[in-house]
Amino acid sequence: MSELIEGFLGKSIEGRKSRLPAKLDYLQSATGLFLGLFMWGHMFFVSSILISKDFMYAVARFFEGSFIFEEPKPGLVSIVVAVVFLIFIVHAALGMRKLPANFRQWQVYRTHMKMMSHEDTTLWFIQAITGFAMFFMGSAHLFLMLTQPSTIGPFGSGDRMVFMWPFYLLLLLAVEFHGGIGLYRLSVKWGWFEGENAKQTRATLKKVKWAITVFFLALGTLTLVAYLKIGLENIDQNRVGQKYAPTTQIHEIYQAKVRA
Amino acid sequence: MSRTITIKALKYNPNSKVSKPHVAEYKLEETDGMTLFVALSKIRETMDPDLSFDFVCRAGICGSCGMMVNGKPALACRTLTKNYESGVLELFPMPAFKLIKDLSVDTGNWMNDMSKRVESWIHTNEEVDFSKLEKPIEPEVAQEVFELDRCIECGICVAACGTKLMRPNFVGAVGLNRVARFELDPHDNRTIEDYYELVGDDDGIFGCMSLLACEDNCPKHLPLQSKIAYMRRKLVSLR
Repeated sequence: MSELIEGFLGKSIEGRKSRLPAKLDYLQSATGLFLGLFMWGHMFFVSSILISKDFMYAVARFFEGSFIFEEPKPGLVSIVVAVVFLIFIVHAALGMRKLPANFRQWQVYRTHMKMMSHEDTTLWFIQAITGFAMFFMGSAHLFLMLTQPSTIGPFGSGDRMVFMWPFYLLLLLAVEFHGGIGLYRLSVKWGWFEGENAKQTRATLKKVKWAITVFFLALGTLTLVAYLKIGLENIDQNRVGQKYAPTTQIHEIYQAKVRA
Repeated sequence: MSRTITIKALKYNPNSKVSKPHVAEYKLEETDGMTLFVALSKIRETMDPDLSFDFVCRAGICGSCGMMVNGKPALACRTLTKNYESGVLELFPMPAFKLIKDLSVDTGNWMNDMSKRVESWIHTNEEVDFSKLEKPIEPEVAQEVFELDRCIECGICVAACGTKLMRPNFVGAVGLNRVARFELDPHDNRTIEDYYELVGDDDGIFGCMSLLACEDNCPKHLPLQSKIAYMRRKLVSLR
């Protein structure tokens, strides 16, 4: 009955407000922080292709438990993806509360944004749009990784990029803008790194934010092109769908043949 | 050398059935040190006696003359026309407040409601004897409280806030600043739990999306960003 009364009146029978809005606010920030930092790490892992195919292969196998198991276990990747997917869904559900919910809210914000020409107000709108786009694009990517973890590798990812590069280009833009703005906003929202002069710190944070966004967009674009190039070479050399064999493995096979 | 400036102002009386919103245009000679308030007064005296706008002190203290100047909220009395290179100033009333007429909005009743909402007065069980000196507090603490007390309730932080415009029940930076002011004041016996009851919801501190246009446009340069973050940390840390 007390739950019914609280739901009806908006406060408990002791006359207290629910602590849930505080927890939701905290959780939105915590999941956002995790996803933002995860995307930095993720970008470094996928960009390992820029060093060499063997290196990217080693990174991919590492996440399949190569440090413990002799045989790769793509299921381990699925477990990690499932956890990230869950956090992603929680973050999306919490973030959704902030989006414009009807035409008037959309209209008034757009007008305000145009009138004000205020950077942080405009950045929020970009964050909202990219967040909305990622409901779909992020889910599609995560579902693909969840169900086909064994295709992650120099050749598999290259093959995927041949027909999905426009999708991944848009996802890259959405992730980097949303994540970069989000991490900056987290800092000012909670007063991190504020120091003696909050205004100065904020100006510095904004510069760092843009520098990081540009860096990851450049790294992401180069990585995307590298995978696309591999995918196109696979078509040329008629090896679409094949698994990548690392150079050391080829060397071992060659040596074995020589010995035989 | 003086120049001719153009003032464009929204004219609309929501209480009139015949009034249609339109932008009126006025041209006038700019004078030395001309503020927007001076320009508007001249327009009303010489061109359009029907033009409505608010003012009291003409010195940036009363907080009455807030309006949107070329899209940004500002106090007319502290806005120098010479700072607008194009010589064109487009004026709109501040959004978020009830429009009275043209550039005049009702910030007074809104601020009054906000003050009641956040219980903007000292809560104490102590009997105050006005014949005796007030209980002393540390000068640093007093300084911090007075710093936040410099708010003139002009409404610029409210008009600048995209969150407030989307969600009319949002308490706004002025309300959150007020809560922070009393939280810092040792004269006030309220606990964090008490403040949670006032602003611990999505219309209060947790509704703030940290757009920070309040901080960037506050004519008194109040540390709104820091104080909102401070209150958020305090209220979230409650069990």
